[in-house]
Amino acid sequence: MNLAEKILARASGRDEVKPGEIVQSRVDTAMANEITGPLAIKAFREIGIPKVWDNERIVLIQDHQVPADTVKSAELHKIMRRFAEEQSIKFFYDIGRGGVCHQVMVEEGHVLPGDLIVGADSHTCTYGALGAFGTGIGSTEMAAVFATGEIWLRVPSSIKVNFCGSLRKHVAAKDLILYVISLIGVSGATYKAVEFTGSTISKLSIGERMTLCNMAVEMGAKAGLVNPDEKTLRYVEKLAGRPFEPLKSDQDADYEKTLKIDVSRIEPMIACPHAVDNVKPVKSVEDVKIDQAFIGSCTNGRIEDLRAAAEILGRGRISKGVRMIITPASRKIYLQALREGLIETFIEAGALVTNPTCGACFGGHMGLLAPGEVCISSSNRNFIGRMGSPEAEIYLASPITVAASALAGRIVDPIEYLED
Amino acid sequence: MKIVGEAIVFGDDINTDVIIPSKYLTTLDPKELAKHAMEGMDPSFADKAKEGIILVAGKNFGCGSSREQAPIALKYAGVRCVLAEFFARIFYRNAINIGLPVLETPGISKAVNDGDFLTVNLEKGEILNETKGEVMKAVRLPEFILEILKDGGLINHLKKKIGGK
Repeated sequence: MNLAEKILARASGRDEVKPGEIVQSRVDTAMANEITGPLAIKAFREIGIPKVWDNERIVLIQDHQVPADTVKSAELHKIMRRFAEEQSIKFFYDIGRGGVCHQVMVEEGHVLPGDLIVGADSHTCTYGALGAFGTGIGSTEMAAVFATGEIWLRVPSSIKVNFCGSLRKHVAAKDLILYVISLIGVSGATYKAVEFTGSTISKLSIGERMTLCNMAVEMGAKAGLVNPDEKTLRYVEKLAGRPFEPLKSDQDADYEKTLKIDVSRIEPMIACPHAVDNVKPVKSVEDVKIDQAFIGSCTNGRIEDLRAAAEILGRGRISKGVRMIITPASRKIYLQALREGLIETFIEAGALVTNPTCGACFGGHMGLLAPGEVCISSSNRNFIGRMGSPEAEIYLASPITVAASALAGRIVDPIEYLED
Repeated sequence: MKIVGEAIVFGDDINTDVIIPSKYLTTLDPKELAKHAMEGMDPSFADKAKEGIILVAGKNFGCGSSREQAPIALKYAGVRCVLAEFFARIFYRNAINIGLPVLETPGISKAVNDGDFLTVNLEKGEILNETKGEVMKAVRLPEFILEILKDGGLINHLKKKIGGK
């Protein structure tokens, strides 16, 4: 069996599962945020069960519209707070205590190798970076999980993506995943799992692996997964507050197909408006002036992203006419960036540093675009209207490309721009 | 279950951000959400759908964000059923869970035009295009999903199961 099959077999108490089978599975952890949580809470109350199945296995996080920008947002936060208190939810991350949900889930030890985790957010697939099967569900389904701790899942077939070689300077995990999405397409992995493997993976940090798995959903995937290795076990060692069972794909496991990619040939990539698979080499995108540059989100708001950005932004000042928003993905990352002097570098370069939130990526309460404006973003979606006006344009790239473009005032290939 | 209505046709990869933009997600009121359904594609959609319609789409309908507000907005705007070449998985589950019928129907987006009158037989997985006099086959829903839809969604279904014990 491959990793996805092994985790689902374990979670459903079976020796073996096969793609296409529907299995009733026990969930290890369930997560909801304040956009999806209140609907789940409403539905949970309608079911009529007084107590959740396990108050230590539900994680509630306020992240999308924080701090509250309107009375309506404040009401959503209040619903979450009340529910957490009433149900004695052990892990509730209120405003200022956590950050972007997927980052918090990983860095606080709620995701462990071998876990089955459901989250009421599509980027729950991020957890595959630790060898867990994380998948997004909706609010009503989350209410049923709150009540029973179980969910039915169809066992997905898996696509294997085998990376070999070393990344060139100024090429990041984001460039890899954009390249993969350009090959598979926005619906090419629908209902499937994508397993990232190969010699390159062992060299990537947990944060970089999160960037890969995070965007699996942009190909329609149910989960993105990386087999746990020494690095994974070292990472979770200090965080794990409960037992877990790391699982790995068998040598002879079945895959629907395998892609082999030599990463040393990949250059900085960019997803052009308005589809995540409209991917081109950055150097082929010429003369695109930008109005906003954004670094943040569950895809690329981690410490390694901020370090890479600071290294570039420290070389100059953000171009006149460009506003740059930098959003550390969590309180812990913010604090670390502060201690390392990165925040100072950002502010001196002319960037605006915000509190951890889904904010600008989600197009909710801040960082919105006006009609006709262009944004280059380290986030995950360039859909029409995603970051504000439906008449704005969003380009997705690595934090390195975003930072270099912010200095240039237009979209630039960081290799050409920084090494010239 | 038989569902009838005129078709409104959309293309491929319609994502949940255009079905219901993020800025409206702070409301829990389905009627308020319905006013903005498909606003990213067609601001007059809610008006066109209010008498009850069948939404027809291409590949990968409902991709992107997991927001259940997307099928809720469609349902309360007047969408009685969604027929698509295939669906993004989270949207598919969400629609069933809130009691909005969805059928994977290969070939549908090319075979149906705006305004065609359709009759959908959910149990049989059959779609009759009365305007064109054509019958199309959908992928039939498994029995347990039909049960959830007949109960009006997952919550009613669970209530029934718990009450029946």
